[in-house]
Amino acid sequence: MIEKSDVEHVALLARLELSDNEKEIYTRQLNDILGHFESLQKLDTTNVEPTAHVLSLFNVFREDKIDRHLPLEKVLANCPDREEDCFKVPKIV
Amino acid sequence: MSLYYLTAHELHDLLIKKEISAVEINKAVFDRIGSVEDSVKAYLTLTREQAMKTALEVDDLIGAGRPIPPLAGIPIAIKDNICAEGVRTTAASKIIYNFIPPYDATVVKKLADQQIAMTGKTNLDEFAMGSSTENSGFFATHNPWNLGCVPGGSSGGSAAAVAAGEAVCAVGSDTGGSIRQPAAFCGVVGIKPTYGAVSRYGLIAFASSLDQIGPFTRDVTDCALMLNAICGHDPLDATSSTYEVPDFRRCLVHDIKGLKIGVPREYLSEGIDAEVRQVFEKAMSQFELNGAKMEETSLPHLGYSLPVYYLIAPAEASSNLARYDGVRYGFRSEGAQDVVDMFMKTRSQGFGAEVKRRIMLGTYVLSAGYYDAYYLKALKVRTLIKEDFNNAFEKFDILLSPTTPSPAFRFGEKTGDPLTMYLSDVFTIAVNLAGIPGLSIPCGFVNGLPVGLQLMGRPFSEGKLLQAAYTFEQSTDHHKKHPEL
Amino acid sequence: MTQYETVIGLEVHLELKTDSKIFCSSSTSFGGKPNTHVCPVCLGLPGVLPVVNKKVVEDAILVSLALNCRIAGFSKFDRKNYYYPDMPKNYQISQYDLPIALNGHLEIELGGELKKIGITRLHMEEDTGKLLHQGTITTTPFSLVDYNRAGVPLLEIVSEPDLRSPEEARIYLEKLKSIIQYTGVSDCRMEEGSLRCDANVSVRQFGKEEFGTKTEIKNMNSFRSLQKALTYEASRQIDVLEEGGRIVQETRTWDEGQGITLPMRSKEEAHDYRYFPEPDLVPMIIEREWVESIRNRLPELPDARRERYVRDYSLPVYDAGVLTSTKEMADYFEACLNAYSSPKTVGNWIMGDLSRLLNANNLEINECPVSPVNLASLLKTLDEGTISGKIAKVVFEDMFATGKDAGTIIKEKGLIQISDEGSLSAIVEEVIAGNPKSVSDYRSGKDKALGFLVGQVMKATKGKANPELVNKLFKEKILN
Repeated sequence: MIEKSDVEHVALLARLELSDNEKEIYTRQLNDILGHFESLQKLDTTNVEPTAHVLSLFNVFREDKIDRHLPLEKVLANCPDREEDCFKVPKIV
Repeated sequence: MSLYYLTAHELHDLLIKKEISAVEINKAVFDRIGSVEDSVKAYLTLTREQAMKTALEVDDLIGAGRPIPPLAGIPIAIKDNICAEGVRTTAASKIIYNFIPPYDATVVKKLADQQIAMTGKTNLDEFAMGSSTENSGFFATHNPWNLGCVPGGSSGGSAAAVAAGEAVCAVGSDTGGSIRQPAAFCGVVGIKPTYGAVSRYGLIAFASSLDQIGPFTRDVTDCALMLNAICGHDPLDATSSTYEVPDFRRCLVHDIKGLKIGVPREYLSEGIDAEVRQVFEKAMSQFELNGAKMEETSLPHLGYSLPVYYLIAPAEASSNLARYDGVRYGFRSEGAQDVVDMFMKTRSQGFGAEVKRRIMLGTYVLSAGYYDAYYLKALKVRTLIKEDFNNAFEKFDILLSPTTPSPAFRFGEKTGDPLTMYLSDVFTIAVNLAGIPGLSIPCGFVNGLPVGLQLMGRPFSEGKLLQAAYTFEQSTDHHKKHPEL
Repeated sequence: MTQYETVIGLEVHLELKTDSKIFCSSSTSFGGKPNTHVCPVCLGLPGVLPVVNKKVVEDAILVSLALNCRIAGFSKFDRKNYYYPDMPKNYQISQYDLPIALNGHLEIELGGELKKIGITRLHMEEDTGKLLHQGTITTTPFSLVDYNRAGVPLLEIVSEPDLRSPEEARIYLEKLKSIIQYTGVSDCRMEEGSLRCDANVSVRQFGKEEFGTKTEIKNMNSFRSLQKALTYEASRQIDVLEEGGRIVQETRTWDEGQGITLPMRSKEEAHDYRYFPEPDLVPMIIEREWVESIRNRLPELPDARRERYVRDYSLPVYDAGVLTSTKEMADYFEACLNAYSSPKTVGNWIMGDLSRLLNANNLEINECPVSPVNLASLLKTLDEGTISGKIAKVVFEDMFATGKDAGTIIKEKGLIQISDEGSLSAIVEEVIAGNPKSVSDYRSGKDKALGFLVGQVMKATKGKANPELVNKLFKEKILN
């Protein structure tokens, strides 16, 4: 059972600021959704390997070569706030 | 027939016979966009100038007697979660409403090599999360067959554009059915290729282990042409396969005699509309008429695919969408006290409700203490689902099902309850979990709305799916019908 | 008072000096203008994908072999999820449950005894960008982000909590640095950040089995500050316990100015990194043949080289240890031996005058203005008696300053030793005549007086007189 405090913790982990109303809605909906998925827990998966990748591909590498960099103007073109060729952000703490 | 409803291969024939010019084709399509876009709303961004410029270049080539690639000058739309250099790419999210990529997605580059005329960027559910395109951060797209209905999603804009004659072909992406379901709802051909067949480089990630790019076309031949253009290994995508891509045109053979087709009974049990079932059964008998051997079969774990999908996809999404924080690009909330505050306000204001819900769900299932019970469990059941398909393909060449349990629904019908909306993906998501190809082809109508037939095959058996779909298409005329707009 | 034991484990991050970054083809080179060594991938733009740099995996295997680790047969990358503005994707691609290598060790020398320090694991990950502040992170009104370092390959090497004092921790880190430098995969410069070290510190009463609550110490930017910070932290913890308090498990930062550790002020929630397998990268199968081919690249490591020096050159263990502490020094030493065959003499010069001048000029031995060949020829000149030992030191300083060879300097400055008995005899007699008191002192058995007399001859010859010959002449002329 997911409590409102769980939702608040998860929202902080995910960097989402939720209104009280949203917190209530998400508490209810997450419970609904995960409740609906309970069937999964009953399924016996002992000795079943997890599938993180459907491909049977291994050892895909690139060679250690430098390619062209993005020109600075393009690097910063989409930046909401910049200064001295850097991305500017509010204070950290 | 109007120029804008011709297929790419028909237009190509006219082009090389010099009966029409690429500029004329593009004018016809952009005129069509001008007359129906207000009611369909398929596009987020139009790139008319760019398309016209390419069309002129193609006409010059033809004029100079030079050969042109099969898709040269053909108006093709790109889903707006695929990056095109210099063209605004938003994933239909306010959080990157103004993002202009400084690079091309590999598929965009490959299509540019074919000298296609890119018409614009199509609408979608925000970050491809949804099944109706109602979750677009900007506006909803309407189903050309019935403007009161949704076009499906998440690639609703691409499907609607092709159905409405606003593009000849389109590119979409499919994470749990986002090509096949809107293709079915809009009465066009759509294929989700095998995972790894098409490069994901430049596709704005939703769930990386499930996402795959694929085409929308008005017939199977165009589908083969599009696959020829976009499939193939890409060194920029480590999950891209190195298999040798065949010339899919060779698979366009009107013959499926002896083809072994399985129909998993799980698809026909609960939740399917009676009318859809009827249309599906009629399609099955068509395959039998064409000489296929039909047999009922079973995918015992299919019922688990919905929970498995809605655990894996949000988990990956919660991580993939972490980069939208207002630092490097996109929307930033003003007036934050510090960086954490800025992150939280930016993301809360920038993301829509469904995206936030999935980020919450995904973050929760990955968080300490729940990983084994949810995420790891889902990965294990994913194995069982994949094995079900492997077993079925030992016996059958192709599996057949309806693409969706019901035709396009009305706006607002399923927005109240997320679970109801999730259930509309129930027939398509197992294909993504197993990584196999799935093709949807029009197979009839219910109340004037198209119904789609889903063909599923072994990994990298797109050719076989095309052959079966082509044979079906040549024996029917559903693909020749167009919506009245 | 209760006796406490300090328990330390180190987490070391090394920047690999590959040409390109770990997941994209941007340059790793140090010191470019902000945001000029970036591409869509390391900027984390929407839609981009990582591809692993093969050289990073090979370097990781090389270091793992040098540290006696077990190389994994199957390894993968995972995502570590947390938000920080210097991280373009707000997750770091790292390795979680299947790192490239496990269970290694290295040996350190403590008071002549060897001690084995366990290495828990070694894994690959990507570096973050850099935050620039006006003033400090706590006082700055805003920060600027430079992503040039984002995506530079890192190896993380985690030791077992086998270290029992701040000094041991420093010696371990020095040894680790030495081994890594031998492999050539990293510069290991703490000042530039290519070698970084965090420490887990706890204290417990002597004889107790279980570990005390640990704190994690960050921001130690030199070997000296590592030892100082750990010494401070251990005594802080002991003070807390002695006062009846409890150690709080937390991350603390070393404040070099104040010489204390402080709790990190952070809004960060309890660590919940939500690791999961990186779906954009496929797993790695590390075949034996691949490992063996990398093993062939492994140079002779410091321990083996030190043993060889003791065995083959009959050097004292201490000298052999110093000379093999860096690959460059040992290579220099061996290059000298190619031209001059007395290991003890060469070793003394390298450990003495050469090291002194390098330190004074802040140079590394591979930047030394005196080539091994030139040092060898100086030593030969000395042996041949062309110059005295005292003059040799002067010549060496000149060689170091100018880069010229010994012969040139000796010639230019006329420093050839006077070994001509006739001319020295005359000077000796003059000194005897002018210093009757010292002469009689020496005659009455005061050996010190001889030193003074010889000094007078040296003064008169500007140090060029052959001291042995002068000694001999005084003895003959005064005592006979």
